[in-house]
Amino acid sequence: MKPLLSAHDVTLQYKTREQLVTATQRVSFDVWSSDRFVLLGPSGCGKSTLLKSVAGFIKPAGGSITLKGKPIGEPGADRMMVFQEFDQLLPWKTIRQNIMFPMLACKRYGKKEAAERAQDYIAKVGLSAFADAFPHTLSGGMKQRAAIARAMAMEPDILLMDEPFAALDALTRRKMQEELLRLWDDIRFTMLFVTHSIEEAIIVGSRILVLSAHPGRVRAEINADQFDHQAQGSETFQAVQTRIHNMLFSEPELGGERIQ
Amino acid sequence: MSQAQDKAVIWHRDEYEIDIEETAAQQDVSRPLTRWESFSNNTTVRRSSVLIALAIIWEIYATWLNNPLMFPRFSEVTVALVEGYISGPLAIRTWTTLRVLVVGYALGIVLAAVLTSLAVLTRFGTDLLSTLTSMFNPLPAIALLPLSLLWFGLGEASLLFIIVHSVLWAVALNMHSGFLEVSQTQRSVGHNYGLRGVRYVMNILMPAALPSILSGLKIGWAFAWRTLIAAELVFGVSSRSGGLGWYIFENRQQLDTTNVFAGLSAVVLIGLLVESIIFRTIENRTVRRWGMQV
Repeated sequence: MKPLLSAHDVTLQYKTREQLVTATQRVSFDVWSSDRFVLLGPSGCGKSTLLKSVAGFIKPAGGSITLKGKPIGEPGADRMMVFQEFDQLLPWKTIRQNIMFPMLACKRYGKKEAAERAQDYIAKVGLSAFADAFPHTLSGGMKQRAAIARAMAMEPDILLMDEPFAALDALTRRKMQEELLRLWDDIRFTMLFVTHSIEEAIIVGSRILVLSAHPGRVRAEINADQFDHQAQGSETFQAVQTRIHNMLFSEPELGGERIQ
Repeated sequence: MSQAQDKAVIWHRDEYEIDIEETAAQQDVSRPLTRWESFSNNTTVRRSSVLIALAIIWEIYATWLNNPLMFPRFSEVTVALVEGYISGPLAIRTWTTLRVLVVGYALGIVLAAVLTSLAVLTRFGTDLLSTLTSMFNPLPAIALLPLSLLWFGLGEASLLFIIVHSVLWAVALNMHSGFLEVSQTQRSVGHNYGLRGVRYVMNILMPAALPSILSGLKIGWAFAWRTLIAAELVFGVSSRSGGLGWYIFENRQQLDTTNVFAGLSAVVLIGLLVESIIFRTIENRTVRRWGMQV
């Protein structure tokens, strides 16, 4: 067995008008098939930049990222991305058209097959009643559901999720996390999920890569497969949460404990 | 403790729960609009009433002035306009103008689309477009007319040349700024699907920038009209039949002010129709329907 996605010593840099910023420094990790792999870290740890480089939007300054053994080049539909922003649904297409669009754009599916698959995934995310509505008439949670359906209908090798629930209210977010886990239980897709919420990482993730900030470096990799919403109050859940919290917030010079 | 005493105390109230099933829905959750509400809600009705008011003011003022040579009455102009279309030359004049106008307009739009697509896809295209627009956009089309006449002769080709000039830069400028305003997320979405080049422009940028493109098209349409009417006024008849501008010019020469007004009204009416029927329909079916514009 080989990992599905493999990042090796990835250094990412981007230029602002004044300076060259190093987002991540020599970050390595492996994502295996059916992983719910979470990139967790404070803002400035380069987790979103890392996700974008997996998507092919940013070229690494050093190191390599391979998907199924092949280095990642241009953006492509084998890695579908779900964004945080609600405007990721194209406003000029209905929900159904939005979901069919990538399937038709990459010419992998015929029109009829794309329509069937769209119908199927619309039902999976519970949007059947809104299939022919335009995105602006939907709530934020519904838009994100549609975006997830759109990405999943493509059956990508890996689903890239860039804080997809961060712009939602707390109640909707929790509901969406539950639904995502239910979908994963059903389909067992592989996903790379970026978040800055420790709680969300533990609930959604099966494995968590903890990154430190400025520049982003790997701090730890933690298993979290056993936790869901029900486990939230449990002592072991609290322990993991505290452990990650300390990792992210302890400053060595303040004498906070460091976990290797 | 003395600090705590200064603070306001939270007033204790009993808790309560209501079973929603049992409370009947409050009335007036939704009801059809009354006749007056839907009447005054109708844009066409409201805009038409502005037109009617203007017509009444015109009629009253012209009657009071009583000088048909300077300012004929609205009713006279209306009669002249209708007669001009039924038995006079207005229909053929309008047709001549519109035909040149539509061809020039379409040519200008196509060129603008090509230039702006080039501009978003290549850096050379960007430089080319921004240089050309800053050079030619301020240049009045009518100022190019003498040159155009020299190059293309006295005919439709000269008119087309200056119409294309007047449409191209305005539309290209708006289209390009619309492309630049497309959200980063939507661009990424397009790239994520592997869309490149022309497919990317057609499938993502064009629809996403449609509000700006439409406003560019409106400006371009107005520019085309002005340019064409002005050109006809300057060099008059082309080939066998002149257009609306020529009609206005001709009647002014004969001091037939009512017909001058009729010609002007024809221009105004066509402008109103295009704006309120064609552009409005396009907007209602696209940007408004998609929630991109209120």
